[in-house]
Amino acid sequence: MSGHNESILREPLITGDNITYAKITDDILGPVENKPNKAWWIGFIFASLGALLWVVAVSYTFWNGIGAWGLNKTVGWAWDITGFVWWVGIGHAGTLISAVLLLFRQNWRNSINRSAEAMTIFAVICAATYVVSHMGRPWLAYWVLPLPNQFGSLWVNFNSPLVWDMFAISTYFSVSLLFWYTGLLPDIATIRDRAVGTRRKIYSIFSFGWSGSVKTWQRFEAVSLILAGISTPLVLSVHTIVSMDFATSVIPGWHTTIFPPYFVAGAIFSGFAMVLTLLLVARKVLGLENYITMFHIESMNKIIILTGSIVGVAYLTEFFIAWYSGSEYEQYAFINRSTGPYWWSYWMMMTCNVISPQLLWFKKIRLSIKATWILSIVVNVGMWFERFVIIVTSLHRDYIPSSWAMFYPTWVDVSVFVGSIGLFFTLFLLFLRVLPSIAIAEVKLLLKSASEQAKLKQIKEGHENKEYVAEYIESLEKFDSVKQEEYAKI
Amino acid sequence: MSDIKYILGSFGDPDEMMHGIDKLQENNITIYDVYTPMPIHGIEAKLGVKRSRIDIAAFCFGITGTCAAFALIYFCAVIDWKVNIGGKPSFALPDFIPIMFELTVLFCAFGMVLTYYASTHLFPGRAPRVMDLRATDDRFVIAIDAHENAAHTVIDDLLKDAGALEVKYNERKYISYE
Repeated sequence: MSGHNESILREPLITGDNITYAKITDDILGPVENKPNKAWWIGFIFASLGALLWVVAVSYTFWNGIGAWGLNKTVGWAWDITGFVWWVGIGHAGTLISAVLLLFRQNWRNSINRSAEAMTIFAVICAATYVVSHMGRPWLAYWVLPLPNQFGSLWVNFNSPLVWDMFAISTYFSVSLLFWYTGLLPDIATIRDRAVGTRRKIYSIFSFGWSGSVKTWQRFEAVSLILAGISTPLVLSVHTIVSMDFATSVIPGWHTTIFPPYFVAGAIFSGFAMVLTLLLVARKVLGLENYITMFHIESMNKIIILTGSIVGVAYLTEFFIAWYSGSEYEQYAFINRSTGPYWWSYWMMMTCNVISPQLLWFKKIRLSIKATWILSIVVNVGMWFERFVIIVTSLHRDYIPSSWAMFYPTWVDVSVFVGSIGLFFTLFLLFLRVLPSIAIAEVKLLLKSASEQAKLKQIKEGHENKEYVAEYIESLEKFDSVKQEEYAKI
Repeated sequence: MSDIKYILGSFGDPDEMMHGIDKLQENNITIYDVYTPMPIHGIEAKLGVKRSRIDIAAFCFGITGTCAAFALIYFCAVIDWKVNIGGKPSFALPDFIPIMFELTVLFCAFGMVLTYYASTHLFPGRAPRVMDLRATDDRFVIAIDAHENAAHTVIDDLLKDAGALEVKYNERKYISYE
């Protein structure tokens, strides 16, 4: 229950003094209820220009066909699938944070889950547009569905991982959206009850008439827990199935059983990096330092080291197995990756994904906002190169040396990719304006047990073990939002 | 006094509110409902709200999804149109599993959430039934039916003793109606 004290050894999840329930609402709804500041407008203008570029490039592709891209006979899949897998990977952190961390009772998820879930949904939208545009004839996209048809009832091939992928991505998107929206209902009701006029009417429709009665909350919690329970295997299944698009083929470099766990680890790795990229800026610009604390940042960095190291081990295992298999095609694929004409992309991937995240072992770097932000971008650059390496270097030198080729992107390839980043940021910036970026109700749950002021009160009551208190105060040193002077006296 | 429909005790602290519920119940005053800005654990036991059976519904929806996926794939790939892939058996169960899993999750999630919306009367555009506008912000509100419980001054005292910051007498059930 809310009144129970938490162990003093745990770092606070809400910092600052004089935090009340009303202040939490005010702080979090600040960006929603007030006019945007200059930083938001600058970001939004750039992002929407990017989104415009995306509209132009995707329309150009639809009009002219995928001949507009730099694909050739040998490299038939390149930036399109690279972009798709990259975005789906980024879209993994949201549901992981909201589902897996809920099952593990990691309370620090409460302040980051909402924006991470929003990010998931926008990333999956970006990924889905790649799927549709790479089909060449997007108006026939419904052919991936098992629909009765005029072609002698020829159904989709249920043995094909591409069909599984269609089911996986659409389930993931719709279930994530449902999870996100159900969690939003109480917070939309908060905005509704504070607003007046038309604004109130709009939020009233979207709040589904939420009242916050006992039964509603009790069932809400049951629903959240079950959704978390079914979303956990769902998160793991989605990137597993994405990896099967490659792993079930017979192309050297793709035909490996290590792909599912390796892709899932990579997805979590890039997803957390993207959460950090966004939230480090958002916490500063929106003034949410008390809710997204250094503890949250450090925890996410720890997950990045872990998953980055798993990815590193996977790269090495893949290389070892290629040699150990004794298959010369498999061996050549890997030697070619690291020393062939695309050596630079392989080493780019190795540096960004395996070597540079190891810097996070140093506490100083892990706790530096600037360093974390730069590393989070480096990780996603690396993850883009990982997919590029897997896709293009496995294809560009096939079994007949006369058909060996290189891939050169056209302006359309580049614009679709850069534009999708613009689209993503446009959606995210709009989200910050209309919906609370932190789950208000869930953060309120932490106020009485896990906040800095509750712990300070606990210390002042004097029943705590002295050693523990000293350890706790030491752990507060990393927080940029804690007034250290207050603790010097104790 | 007869115009008053509901008495609302508005608390600023969840523990004081829980204390208030205990006090009222000790004095045999029935509580209509409690509105809070966040879930309060243990409150459902006090108010005698039964354990939610939504998990049973979720299981049934999930298993329906599994069966639906199996039936669809079996019909398409085994009965209606067998595709000869190198003479391999068309009833390839391992290949069915990914889609069976995805549809289990899909049916379970949508079935359960829609059941939840239906059972708690949540749907887009529903007029919010709000007794106190601050109950979604920073107040924990106990609502008491004024007709069923006649001793209004006793209720007032009990609520204030327990720590209520404010006691309201609403002449309309829901203030959010225009």
